[in-house]
Amino acid sequence: MSTSTVNVPAQFEVIDRPLDTQMTISFGPQHPSTHGVLRLEMVLDGEMVVRATPDIGYLHTGMEKLFEYKKYQQGIVITDRMDYLNPLGNNLAYVMAVEKLLGLEIPERAQVIRVLMCELQRIASHMVWLGTHALDIGAMTVFFYCFREREKILNLIEAASGGRLTPSYFRIGGIMMDLPAGFERRVQQCIDTFPRAFDEFNTLLTGNTIFQKRTQRVGYISAEDAIDWGLTGPSLRGSGVGLDIRRANPYSGYEQYDFEIPVEHDGDVWARYMVRMRELRESLKIVKQALGRLKPGPVKADAPKVVLPDREAMKVHMDALIHHFLIVTEGFNVPAGEVYHPIEGSKGELGCYVKSDGGPKPERVHFRGPSFVNLSALPHMAEGSMVADVVAIIGSIDIVLGEIDR
Amino acid sequence: MTEDTNHSPNTASNGVDAASSPPSLALVASAGDSPLTTAVTTLQREHSGWVTEIIQAFDEITLVVSREHIVELCRFLKIAPGLEFNMLSDITGADRGTEEEPRFEVNYHLFSTAKYHRLRLKILLNEEDTHVPTVTGVWRTANWHERETFDMFGVIFDGHPDLRRILLPDDWQGHSLRKDFPLRGYEPYSLT
Repeated sequence: MSTSTVNVPAQFEVIDRPLDTQMTISFGPQHPSTHGVLRLEMVLDGEMVVRATPDIGYLHTGMEKLFEYKKYQQGIVITDRMDYLNPLGNNLAYVMAVEKLLGLEIPERAQVIRVLMCELQRIASHMVWLGTHALDIGAMTVFFYCFREREKILNLIEAASGGRLTPSYFRIGGIMMDLPAGFERRVQQCIDTFPRAFDEFNTLLTGNTIFQKRTQRVGYISAEDAIDWGLTGPSLRGSGVGLDIRRANPYSGYEQYDFEIPVEHDGDVWARYMVRMRELRESLKIVKQALGRLKPGPVKADAPKVVLPDREAMKVHMDALIHHFLIVTEGFNVPAGEVYHPIEGSKGELGCYVKSDGGPKPERVHFRGPSFVNLSALPHMAEGSMVADVVAIIGSIDIVLGEIDR
Repeated sequence: MTEDTNHSPNTASNGVDAASSPPSLALVASAGDSPLTTAVTTLQREHSGWVTEIIQAFDEITLVVSREHIVELCRFLKIAPGLEFNMLSDITGADRGTEEEPRFEVNYHLFSTAKYHRLRLKILLNEEDTHVPTVTGVWRTANWHERETFDMFGVIFDGHPDLRRILLPDDWQGHSLRKDFPLRGYEPYSLT
């Protein structure tokens, strides 16, 4: 191949060794199996991966910079777009970080609704994970079944918030508005169908020899390496470390719920698959408990300068009108300081760092995306395996490029 | 060169200052305190040159450290009994503003999978000299976080195995999360 006519920047090295056994190729950024615009620079020796270096940034849209130019409540819509398969989780991390700075106390009903919606969102996110992971490995039917189940949850989220992938349902101080009438009955109907669906996935995949052979002993990472690389979430729990932020640093009332943390010890793709499959059932348990805990009450904190007043009150009472006007036009001042609030997102520890300088706009907002950190361990897991295994490993890490690139 | 800070921390006044240290360096500890605060107090006593300030606010502890000692401190925090911060959650840069002195911060968020407690380390940097030693030798996950901080703020991590841009294209000019970098950039990015 002729390289003399290509203008290559100085920091790149031109590889042109036609007699070498190794070939450098780009896996992505346009590729159906990379789950987004991910590029892997792979050095291959035949089918064996010698080096696999992720090259990210194709979906970078400068969201962290955008936060600094928007008022705190306007930032909630930006968070939807980061991990677009778990938008309620992103909303929650940001909103709770700001509430920590403000010192707001969230009413019980709002906390229960937050848990309920987040666990439904976790199930929906795992449905996409399972569908795309199985599709990459070759099981095409599972993809349709998963998206069919996910559709039920997206309909629920749309009923509550108006948006399927960009709900922005949580607000600083509570949630956007109370659940619609009949919502609990719809959730109950929905989750009554899920155990049978999860059994269906088990029948199709867990006992399937082909799936087992494609995933067992592939992409191994030990517990120490996993912690050293910062893995969290199901990727870490598949290596034997039982860390779940919902138990380690509980938030939003999670300490009151009874659920197990599935842990597997093999550290391979199969272990991560089993952890997530068991997590689906645990999330169902939490949803059932949350439904039982719903009691009538306020859904927004009692903080008139931060939380928008009731719409009807705004039309009649002068102080509500003034507060509404000020919150919408000027925003509210958040005390100076910094807070790092981690939550257990569907991919791992989703942390939100908010630094305030005392004004209505944040000075710095940073999201610690679990996919970003989990992807950095990909070379460790993939080097030495074959190209087809890399596809399985990417699926098992469960990456979302919106969260990686922000 | 990081400076000794002389602004007072936002401490919760619910205890007795450690008698041997000046007020701004003392962790306000009381009898019913968490193991973390007692461990940090011990750290302060044994290696008093490492930490320049302790800030306790919003239920979080921040140690402002000087960059010369960051690697030693991180190694100590990783293995010391009672602290055991074996996971680095995040490294974040922040730009305090073009008029501020020191202008940049680098924040390290540490987590312990054994004890479940968290800690923040903060390094303050002036605009002219944004070099910080790398902690990739302590936690390998620091690799990508430091690349991102370099990409967005221009903080250079000495000793990093592969310090290049991670999110922005390799030939991008400028560091986009700095306060003087405009929101919409300077011109449309062109591939040719």
